[in-house]
This record gives sequence, structure tokens and C-alpha cells, in this order.
Amino acid sequence: MGTGDPSGMGLAHALASSMGGIKTTGDLVARMQLNKMRLPEAKRYVADKLGVSLLDLSDSTVMRTLREDLDIGVVTAVPGLAKGLEAKARIAELLDIRINCVERMKEKIGAPLR
Amino acid sequence: MPAVSTIITRMGDAATVEMTADELRRDIVEGSEAAAAKGKVPVLEEREVEYLVEMFTSPSRIWGVERGHEAILTKDGSTNTICSSRLSSGVCAPLNREAAVRLFETAFAFDTMEVGHTDYSVKPAKFLASLEAQHLDLLQHVTVLPLFYGFMPNLGLYYRPDGPYPNPSDLLPMGKIDEARAAQEEALEACREDVVWLSRQMIDVAADGINYDTVASTGDADFLATLQACEEISSTTDLPVEIGMAAEMVLGFHGELEYDGVRLAGLWPHQQLELVEKAGAAIFGPVVNTNTRKSCAWNVARAVTFVKAVTAKAKIPIHPNVGMGVGGVPTCEVVPADMVSRASAAMIEIGKADGL
Repeated sequence: MGTGDPSGMGLAHALASSMGGIKTTGDLVARMQLNKMRLPEAKRYVADKLGVSLLDLSDSTVMRTLREDLDIGVVTAVPGLAKGLEAKARIAELLDIRINCVERMKEKIGAPLR
Repeated sequence: MPAVSTIITRMGDAATVEMTADELRRDIVEGSEAAAAKGKVPVLEEREVEYLVEMFTSPSRIWGVERGHEAILTKDGSTNTICSSRLSSGVCAPLNREAAVRLFETAFAFDTMEVGHTDYSVKPAKFLASLEAQHLDLLQHVTVLPLFYGFMPNLGLYYRPDGPYPNPSDLLPMGKIDEARAAQEEALEACREDVVWLSRQMIDVAADGINYDTVASTGDADFLATLQACEEISSTTDLPVEIGMAAEMVLGFHGELEYDGVRLAGLWPHQQLELVEKAGAAIFGPVVNTNTRKSCAWNVARAVTFVKAVTAKAKIPIHPNVGMGVGGVPTCEVVPADMVSRASAAMIEIGKADGL
């Protein structure tokens, strides 16, 4: 993105044009971009996996509820819902992708005690 | 005779200026033509010019993309805008990096975030690699969004007095061309090794990606070191690499360096893309510099013309740089949201960027 004061630059971009991170599906689409998918392909992939429309992907009203139903991490503080690594493990399964820190957690859990 | 109504807009240094609609349209057309002439790329189409005219003549303080057209944010400079000083337009908030990353995820709803050393260059960061890796490691436990580790290759720090190699900026004015080239060739090897080494440190702590930022800030040797490092990391690991540039054209401090048979000096964004893709990068961030003597309308039109030429041929996601002084954003320490939001939307709606 680039530099600039937080409210003038980063937040201005977030409000003007960003998908909205874990408020919506920005984190999920971003993960598909890390797999070299361009934006339309990445959005279509995530929409198909979630069973929602392309417009729903960046609709915080729709996604706030759906993310809680899927238990893949939500933006507000809700006790008992999946957090951090727990949420990412569920996202890896939902999107059928490999997430490095989830793989590492599996290795750590499966490693024999010395 | 009635007065011609004017629109309040800004220059490339963010100073307010009043222009007529005709003047704005002329600037938009001329900005696009300026990019086309430099990069030998197509000018904007009439409907694209119309979009920019509507955007810049609107009195609205904030502009945005159409619903459903939103794109992905990747953030270079880590949390420096929160934690660092004015050198990064930072506000030095009393927060550590972990807290700041979590703020970016929840309060600011960023799509991705990154961890990076406050200096942000690979040379000082490598000495603190274990601390850097530990920050990333801890954050991977508590965050949901993709986390990069980011840094600048910044080849300039490898030259005297900061580094061990003779400084080409000293040698070139003395006419010592061969010596300056030899110094760059040696320095880029050291830089490449450091970039690869630090990248590998972040694999152990399960980074989601690595971000090489402000690439080619020291010219073609800097770019070559980065491309070679990207090729090595991309071909030997599953770590995705983002390459974000420093400027719109690769400066030829060396002048003869090549990657995959292509001379690096003088490459424009759409030409840089081809090499970045060959090197195996997952995301490319082209830069278009802001001209402070021209209006923001001129600068945004010029920037999106360059970026449109990149996205037209890209196979990987394109995240143009739209921070202070690039991508049509004014060059000033505290950037005005009215122009940032316009540059932001134009990059996606006209430039067809996959993210920013």
C-alpha cells in the first residue's frame, strides 16, 4: 500500500476500497491471492466455498453472521468463538488450502513427547 | 457575464487549488498522455476519462469503489504508521507491534498485515532475526488474517560509510565506471544472500508470505538482488513473495545488469512485471511517482494509465503502491483523505488493480 499517517492514508484506503478483512471475507480472498489468484478468480473461489454471492463477500452484515455460523473468526469480541490459530485451522479446511501456521500446529501436536 | 464555477481540488503536494471542470478534464487527459508517452502504453479510454472527471469534479470529501468492486489491502511498512516516528508518518502510539497488528486486524479491518523491523531494511533487521521471528510466531497464534514479514533490500546500506563496499555515488563522479559497477556487483551478492537468509528465518515461524518492499530503491543492482532472491525462495519453498517497487522506473546506476536476458535499467512497471512473474512472485506492487507541480487529477490519471498496462497482462495479483507520494497520492507527511480515497478508487475501478 505505502506509507502516510494512519487515518489519512491507511484508513482512507480501507474505507474507500478494501474488502474489510475479517469483518467480511477480505482475509479469505487475500489467502487465495497468495496462491497467485487474481481478484475475480479469488473472489469466485471464496464465494463458491461459502455458498454466497460475490456481493455478499464484502457485505459486513451478511458476513458477520456467516462467519459466526462457520466459526472462522469474527471481528468483534465474542467469548467462545474460534480465535487466531483455531479459526485459521477451520479456514484451511473450508477453503481447502494449506496455511503454514496450521500445518506447523499439526506437526507440533503430532510430534512425540521426548 | 457569469463567473465560471470552480472545483476545489489539490496539487501533488496536497495544496488546495481551484480549477474549472475544463481544466480538470485537460489535466486528466494530459496525465494519461504523459504516462503513455513515457511507458509506450495506451492512453485511457474516453469512458475512463469521464469517470475521473466525475470523481474530481464531485464536491464529495470521500470517494470510493462501487459496492462489490472492493479489493485486497497489503500493508508494507508493517505497523510503523502506528509505532514509529514521522520518518514513516508514524504517530508513535504507546503500543507494541503485537497490539498494533491486532488493531489493524480488528479496529481497522485490514485484509492482511505484516510484521517488520522499525528500520525496515534487511541489513539491520537480520541482526534481530530471532526477535523478528518471535514477534511473527506469537502473532500467528492470535490473528486470523494473513501475516507477511516485510523488509526492504535497500542495497544502499551495503555501500560506505554504512557498509563494506565502495560507494558508486563516490566513484561515478570520478569517472570510475568499472569500479562502480564492480562494487555494485559485489554488494548485490551480499544483499541477495541477506534477503534469502532473512526470508528463510520466517519460514520456521510459518509466515503466510514475505514482502520485499521499496525494491530497486538503489537502482538496477537492487532490483537484480531482489529478483534473484525471489527466484530462490519461490523455487525452493512454498513461501509466497510480494515484490513492491520503490519508483516507476528502474534507475541504471550500473546500467548493464540483466535478469533472464533483459536489461534492468530503464524498465517501466509493465516491463518490470514480466521479470517479477518469471522470478516466481505471488503479488507485484508497481509504483508511479507523484509530480508535486501537477494537480492530483493529472497524477491519478497518469498513475492509473501505467497500472492499467500492468494489470492488462498480469497473471498474478497486482497491488499498486498508493502511499504518500506514489500512485496519485500527494507527497506530504499527513495525506488528505479526499485525494487518497480518489486515488484508491481510481486504481481499482480504472487501473483494475487486484489490491493496493
